[in-house]
Amino acid sequence: MPKAPAGTLYRGREGMWSWVAHRVTGVLIFFFLFAHVLDTALVRVSPDSYNRVIDTYKTPFVNLMEVGLVGAVLYHALNGVRVMLIDFWSKGVRYQREMTWAILTVFVLVMAPGAYFMTKHTLEAIFGSAS
Amino acid sequence: MTTSSLGTVTEGSIAQPDQHDNLVIEAPRNRRKRPSGNRSKTNFEMYAWIFMRMSGLLLFVLVLWHLLIMTVLDGGVQKVNFAFVAGRWSSPFWRTWDLAQLWLAQLHGTNGLRVIINDYAERDGTRFWLKMLLYMSSFLVLLLGTLVIFTFDPNLT
Repeated sequence: MPKAPAGTLYRGREGMWSWVAHRVTGVLIFFFLFAHVLDTALVRVSPDSYNRVIDTYKTPFVNLMEVGLVGAVLYHALNGVRVMLIDFWSKGVRYQREMTWAILTVFVLVMAPGAYFMTKHTLEAIFGSAS
Repeated sequence: MTTSSLGTVTEGSIAQPDQHDNLVIEAPRNRRKRPSGNRSKTNFEMYAWIFMRMSGLLLFVLVLWHLLIMTVLDGGVQKVNFAFVAGRWSSPFWRTWDLAQLWLAQLHGTNGLRVIINDYAERDGTRFWLKMLLYMSSFLVLLLGTLVIFTFDPNLT
């Protein structure tokens, strides 16, 4: 890759890192989608084989990875909106940095309750109040 | 002033015409040949760019709502099993939802990976085979997913 000229405002700052994160989350989601279509296809094999595979999603460790997956999708979705605003909104480029912090704020506000409800059963199983 | 194949050059400037007779600088009005030759005469890249934004907008609603229902509400993923899927897919609305989601997400992801392969795989052969693998797997995923949605049988044992 060619070296960026010195003094660029973009390299290494919010703009670059949000782009890196967009790529990384995009690839993660792509590979999960591959696995997810295969596991869902088991409904055509038998209810039992589908249920057995879906049961692995309910184990504590995979449940935690699920929070990561939902986080990746949510970030990719929010940053995608930011990218579209940069492309189509006349002031999008000027406010790209502010929009990065705005979507991160929304991300935290949505993920906090989201992660709680996603892992509620796992937390109760580990800490002993599950029925 | 001297005249050479480069045209008129002021003496004492960086260019030394006598030593660079083989140097050819095309006239500015001549368009450079496209690096990829004749293949990119269509506007494929522009349509791909538009598709990423249109599908992204739709997927924002489709996928986030899907995740909310499947992983957050009513006990999250703990409630999901064959009976739950059968209940949802008894409605044409959710089958259409899932079909749209499958196609848009898979095509969006395939184009995303195509761009990433083009960016990082530097050898022509590597780039070609990675993309062939990508297109083959995408085709199979779309075929399998579509078949499953259209042929789902709630009474399967």
